[in-house]
Parts: sequence; structure tokens; C-alpha cells
Amino acid sequence: MEATLRPPRLLPSGDAAITVEFSKQIDDAANQRVLALDRAISAASIAGVTETVPTYRSLLVHYDPCQIDFDTLGEKLLTLTKIPAPPNGGTRHWRVPVAYGGENGIDLENVAKTLNTTPDEIVARHVAGHYRVAMIGFTPGWSYLSGLEKFLHMPRRQNPRILTPSGTISIGGVQTGIQCLAGPSGWHLIGRTPIRTYQLHREPIFLLEPGDRVTFFGIDEKSFAEQDKAAERGELVAELVAS
Amino acid sequence: MTRLVVTSIGPASSVQDGGRHGAQRYGLTPSGAMDRLALAAANTLVGNLPFAAAVEIGPFGAAFTAREGAVRLALSGAPRNAEIAGRPVAFDTSMTIPRGETLTLGFAKGGAFSYLAIEGGITGEPMFGSLAVNARAGLGSPYQRPLQAGDELPAQAATGAPELRIELPQAASGPIRVLFGPQDDEFADDAKQLFLNSEWKISPTSDRMGYRLEGPVIKHLHGHNIVSDGTVDGSIQVPGNGAPIVLMPDRGTTGGYPKIATVISADLGRLAQITAGTVFRFKAIGMAEAQLELKKLAQLLRSLPDRLRAIDSMELNVDALHDANVAGHAVSAVDADTWYPPV
Repeated sequence: MEATLRPPRLLPSGDAAITVEFSKQIDDAANQRVLALDRAISAASIAGVTETVPTYRSLLVHYDPCQIDFDTLGEKLLTLTKIPAPPNGGTRHWRVPVAYGGENGIDLENVAKTLNTTPDEIVARHVAGHYRVAMIGFTPGWSYLSGLEKFLHMPRRQNPRILTPSGTISIGGVQTGIQCLAGPSGWHLIGRTPIRTYQLHREPIFLLEPGDRVTFFGIDEKSFAEQDKAAERGELVAELVAS
Repeated sequence: MTRLVVTSIGPASSVQDGGRHGAQRYGLTPSGAMDRLALAAANTLVGNLPFAAAVEIGPFGAAFTAREGAVRLALSGAPRNAEIAGRPVAFDTSMTIPRGETLTLGFAKGGAFSYLAIEGGITGEPMFGSLAVNARAGLGSPYQRPLQAGDELPAQAATGAPELRIELPQAASGPIRVLFGPQDDEFADDAKQLFLNSEWKISPTSDRMGYRLEGPVIKHLHGHNIVSDGTVDGSIQVPGNGAPIVLMPDRGTTGGYPKIATVISADLGRLAQITAGTVFRFKAIGMAEAQLELKKLAQLLRSLPDRLRAIDSMELNVDALHDANVAGHAVSAVDADTWYPPV
């Protein structure tokens, strides 16, 4: 905790972006500070700031050097980290359906074996967790969740898979994640959700925001197939518990 | 309706513009033209906004046919042999393809990407303010994928405006300039010196996501896994095998390899135009100089309309124009008014 309460480091990411680094590790306290600074920047509407990208441990701030220079922006950012950030106005909580195991989660058995337990216990523990969207990145809608209990931590695969299915729910190291598009992954695939965290021609196009709370609940194959069709039509499928 | 039909085209050719901005926080990469100055020059020649959508043409040849009417367009970027109905035409000029005639382009010479801007722009449905192709995310208009033979781009009928040429400054040369960071502290001083003091080549496996570099192995101090953080165009990440990759406009928005340095904005387009196998070097500069270079580029982009010249004679000295173009031109990446194009 203490380590992350020091002032963040300002690292140049080229001539048009600053990385504000709060920690080098995956660290919940650091992620909270990242998201707080993100809200503070949004509220302060600094001329020249064009876009921000929150991640586990740092906030990438894109800016237009024709409007503000590195030093001036850096000072403003440090000032914003010192004052209380605007509250996370009514944190949203999503309940996300997941079909665990079988074809939908081809690594569930192996995860259970590695952790010396049963697939049912893995699912029970995963469903019991309270998670937060720490960051979204890599490909559209790929949501990295913090809050995975220690029992379920598992190093990534030695050999990443070239292609994993859309909607995959997986475990990678100390994180769990919701993958939207089919693509490469080195994580352990334990289930699939019918929800689309990214879907064009739907409002909203991106379902989750960094900072949102997420819990999972199990569904069977039949429900998955039904909800998958509904999601394809543009329904959200995920349940919004609080907003 | 008048349209430009793609009669033949090679890989790595797609509709691109200034890119889509504002959704990197959701994992959506900006995409956009590899060489923004060339995009802007081509657009300016036909009266379009500098970062309007145009055809980005990869290293191989291509041909385009005007259907149902004449199409006025302009070419800029990596020069090539070009002719309309057998008559040579020059890069960095506007031109008109008469109805039913074909513009034929050879291989890129001294560069990788050329830009074909159509008068009136490309008609499409923008997503996040952009028509740029991002195949992985299913984005791009009129096609959500690179162009193929047979594709049709709706075009306005040629206005008959007088043809123009554009005077671009002498191409910058010398090393590609970088700023160290954001994770240069993951590398020992001798690794950073090796990075600066070595000759590099672009690997043929490079693409719009990243330019893989061939050269010495750059070793990390503490291993190659960091916790993912945000990337920018020009981020130079070093994966476990020690072979750096420069991230390009189709990059992932976050990455988990240490980034030793970042190519300055003013040199991104020049890097994009370096062809596989060509030897080049990097040079580290400071923040003030990098931002000054960026402002100079922004100024150059603003000045493009003032650099248009009438073409006096139809009998162009094509060879002379080609020679003047062969070095390609410097740099990339800004809107004429602001660093980021309006979303």
C-alpha cells in the first residue's frame, strides 16, 4: 500500500503522451489511483489532453504538444493526484452470465487438476468473487478484471494459443478476464459468456467502463445458446444490478 | 453513379484516414495512414481536408478504372511508375482518369506506401469519426478489410478543376529520432547504447501493426514481462527474444513488453516508408527538440494549400518529377489545425 502512495512517476511515451506510473506491479491500490486520476482529468478538462488510457498500474495521457508542453502538463497531472478525485459516480455493477467448462472452457479440468481440486470448486470460487474492470485493452472490449482470489491465481500458459473463442472467460496470473473478439491468448479458458463487451450498431458500443464492478453467474449450454442469439441481435444480456 | 473500380491491387492496401481517436480506453486502436504527410498532400491536391479518407497502397502494383464518369484524383507518398491509358503521370500532382480508362501503378520505389486521394473524398459510413480499415475490429468503410480486385469506391464526377502539383520540402534524411522511455530503465546503459549504435533493418514480416527490427539482441535487465500499459504509435517494445518491434497504427492499445524508446511523431511517416532490408539507425533526442519537430510538421501540414502550383503544360517532364520524388518525403501524423484530427 505504502509503496503506491508515493507521487507517481511521469514517463515520456514519445512527444505526445505521458505515462503516469503509480506502480510497477498489478496492485489494486495503484489501479484505484489510476482510475481516480482518470476521473480527475476528465473533470478538469485540460486543454490539449486528447485521450486517456487507464491500465492496472499507470494512466497513459495523450496530448497535443501544440497546445500544452510536457512539463506544464506533467505539473498539472501531479497536482491532480494530490487532491481528492471526484467520486466514481454510482459505480455500475454488472452480473455476467458464463457457461463454464466443457467446450466453452476447455482448460477448466486442467486448472482444477493443477490447483488440486474439482472443476465445481473452481467455478464456485470464480462465481463468488467480486471483480472490478481494472483496464480494457489489447483488442476491443478485452476487459482485465482485478479481485481474483489467491487460490485461483495461475501462471499463464507456456505456449499461448493463436486463436481462442469470442466471449472467453479466462484466468491469467492474478487476473481474470472477459475477452470479446476471437484472438490469441495465453490465459486459461474456463468458460464463455454470451455478452458482447464490444458490439457495433448497439448502444452502447462498449458495454463495460474501467472501474465498473463485475460478478459472474453460471448458465447452462441451452441458456448460453439462447442468450448468444439475443446478444447477436443487440441485446445487452448482462444484468445491471446497480447504477 | 461514378465510381473508381479496383482492377488489381496487392496486399497491405486499404482505405485509411487520420484514424479514429477517443476509444483507446476500450481497446480500440486508432489505425489511420502510415504516412500522414503523404495522405495530406494527396488530399490537398484534390481540395479535400488533409486527413480525409484515401486509398493507402502497399508496396506492390495496382490499377484503378473510372466507371460511369471521369474521376479526378491525386497521388503522393512512395513514388511509382504511373500511367493513365498508357500516358505517364507524375506523383505529387492531381490528374483525371477519363471514363472507362485505367490508372496503372507499378511497384513502390524508395518507399512502401503511396496514397491515392479521390476528389470529393471516399463515401462511406464513419465509425468513431473514421473510415479507416481495422479488420480485426470489423471497422472500415466501404470495406471492413483490405482492398481486393473488383472492389468499387463511389466517387463524385470529376469537377474539371485545373490540375495542380504540390511542392513538398526536401525529404528529411539521417537517423530515425527517438525519445527514450517510458521503460528505458528496464535496460542497462550498454543495451541502450547498443540500440543507438547499431544498424537496423525492417523485417519482411512487418505490417501495419508493427515493424519488426533485425539487428543485435537487446537484453532486458529484469526479464521481458512488465504489467501491460498503454502504447502509442512509435512505441519500441522489446519482447523476450530481444528483437525490438516498433508499434504502428494498427497496434494493440496496451502491451506487456518493456518499451525502450518511442519514435518521435515527426519521424513516424519516414519510418513507415523504410522498406524491408534497408539499413537505418536511431538517434536519441530530447523532449524539447522532439516537440519542436512536431510543431514544424504541424506548420508544414497547415501550409500545404499554399504549396499548390498550377501545371502550366500538359507535356509534363515526368522524369524530372519522378526524380524529385524518389526520396519520398519526411514524416507523418497531424491534422492541419490540431495535432489530433477532429473526431
